[in-house]
Amino acid sequence: MTYREAVRDALIESMRADEDVFIMGEDIAEMGGSMAVTHGLLDEFGPERVRNTPISEMAIVGAGIGAAMAGMRPVVEIMYEDFLTLSLEQIVNQAAKHRYMSGGQITVPLTIRTQGGAGWSPGAQHAQQLEAWLVHVPGLKVVFPSTPEDARGLLWTAIHDDNPVIFFEHRLLYPVKGEVPAKLEPIPLGKARTVREGTDVTVIATGPLVHLSVEAAEQAEEDGISVEVVDPRTLQPLDEDALVASVKKTNRVVVTHEAVTRMGFGAEVAAVLQYKAFDYLDAPIERVGAKFAPLAFAPVMERFIIPQVADVLAAIKRTVGKE
Amino acid sequence: MAKVEKKRALNEETLREFLREMLLIRRFEEHVEERFRAGELPGFLHVAIGQEAVAVGVCQAMEEGDVFSSTHRAHGHTLARGTHPNAVMAELYGKMEGCSHGYGGSMHLYDVERGNMGANAVIGGGLPAVTGAGLAFKLRDEPRVAVAFFGDGTTNIGTFHESLNLAQLWKTKTVFVCENNHWAESTPGWQHSPVWDDMSKRALAYDMRSIKADGQDVEAVYEAAREALEHARSGDGPVFVDIETVRMHGHFIGDAQAYRTKEDRQAAADRDPIVLLREKIGLSDADFESSDSEANEIVEAAIEFAKNGTDPQPEDALKNVYA
Repeated sequence: MTYREAVRDALIESMRADEDVFIMGEDIAEMGGSMAVTHGLLDEFGPERVRNTPISEMAIVGAGIGAAMAGMRPVVEIMYEDFLTLSLEQIVNQAAKHRYMSGGQITVPLTIRTQGGAGWSPGAQHAQQLEAWLVHVPGLKVVFPSTPEDARGLLWTAIHDDNPVIFFEHRLLYPVKGEVPAKLEPIPLGKARTVREGTDVTVIATGPLVHLSVEAAEQAEEDGISVEVVDPRTLQPLDEDALVASVKKTNRVVVTHEAVTRMGFGAEVAAVLQYKAFDYLDAPIERVGAKFAPLAFAPVMERFIIPQVADVLAAIKRTVGKE
Repeated sequence: MAKVEKKRALNEETLREFLREMLLIRRFEEHVEERFRAGELPGFLHVAIGQEAVAVGVCQAMEEGDVFSSTHRAHGHTLARGTHPNAVMAELYGKMEGCSHGYGGSMHLYDVERGNMGANAVIGGGLPAVTGAGLAFKLRDEPRVAVAFFGDGTTNIGTFHESLNLAQLWKTKTVFVCENNHWAESTPGWQHSPVWDDMSKRALAYDMRSIKADGQDVEAVYEAAREALEHARSGDGPVFVDIETVRMHGHFIGDAQAYRTKEDRQAAADRDPIVLLREKIGLSDADFESSDSEANEIVEAAIEFAKNGTDPQPEDALKNVYA
């Protein structure tokens, strides 16, 4: 099953199981979504539950909030993460805070799916990775799966969670294939996954960097460096225990994501680890992310900005003093 | 769909009841101003003195099961919908007995049991949710309506336009109540909108039905709201209720209103909805005094209740972040 099919399957299973689950977003009905994720859903569930919206990101998210407050479980799609910025008021001030401001009277079981990711030269407004922005807001949960199995199991859980969940998908992962259980198995939020075991260095990676880190780990192996790769999968809540346990075993850490390094998710992970595993660290924590520039159009520049296998490998080697 | 019984025509007893409600709101807010100036109330407060007929007219027209979202000027709407003055006052004092249990404050009054989906301190912040709740009522075929209160200043923000467009497009069970007091904080209507003296033109742009009402005449407001709610409830689509009203006091408690002429303030005072209703029903001085002292007693008891309320523990601040 591909990552795209996995997301679609979780939507289908959720909609079959619960009449209150419906989806809305731009071009998701007849077109099946700009990334073809919702292809075929209109045929099965009809236009009441598969709703094409105007280009109105505030209203898409906000209507989802209202329907959720009224007892439904909407899943809304924001076509690109870049456009998520248009709906941030609704996400940050409304979805994240109704429960709190009401003293616990309100629940907002809303899932917001969006996607981004560079590597196809769309320029600066169609491929940003903004997941860290949302992790900064109490009241939201943030999920970023890297494989079909995780996408399927985590989306199911996100939809059935009683909190607003921002579900980040990565454009370049949609065609990636992976094994999935025959029957959908929900995966709890807040549980990291050890992708690859190792003993010398832990690479904590999200999204596409999970795959690049596995490649880097295989290359490092040739130099006799044993690399463990851990994917947090959920950025909020964060499985701090799993990350700390891995670091206590390897004593060296690389944190990597496609988002800009400065103030990125890796900064938070590094802070958590230096505090909770200070005595176990044998080298400075390395961070590998995008360089501090908007995404450039020319492929050669875009490629230079976003992290590559070689960047992760170099960071791994620095932690073990084998530059 | 369940049949909704039409309320009786407004007889004198009903109007007297409305007057009592309006008086309660007026005295409540006057006491709030006084207690704020005495330093007893934390935060940032806004009164709706002069707009009581809008709150009472609309809220009395609503049915059980209807929901609404309010604004930073929310005391009147909340009281008019039946939340006990003790619970509202306790909220303003930051007590656990408050209608948001001390987590919200004046600008975030909630009472889910009575359909209050939250007072919103972001202009237009609640409009998309009310659209979404109206969508949920339509999808579930429930005879309920979602009502949004907002001011003329809101008609310039994106959420307003996105919400009206989406609501009309999908014929959601929503009523948009525009309280046009001709002020956006300190900015007069003529400086903020080309249609400031006829907000129904905003609805026209979305092909939405609109109904006008004199906001100083509680009977007119009630009739307009009744008609709008029935229209929305029947599934015929949302309605924009364009209500002309006056803000007799400042934008916030403590606003010196240096931007406002004496004549404008006097003109607002001359349109006091309580005075107008009293004249309309020819209430004797004795009857008025009796209702007035009753209102004052209720408010004074509410203040006592609030002062004797329970302070939250500091650590309670970490509750209700997630469901």
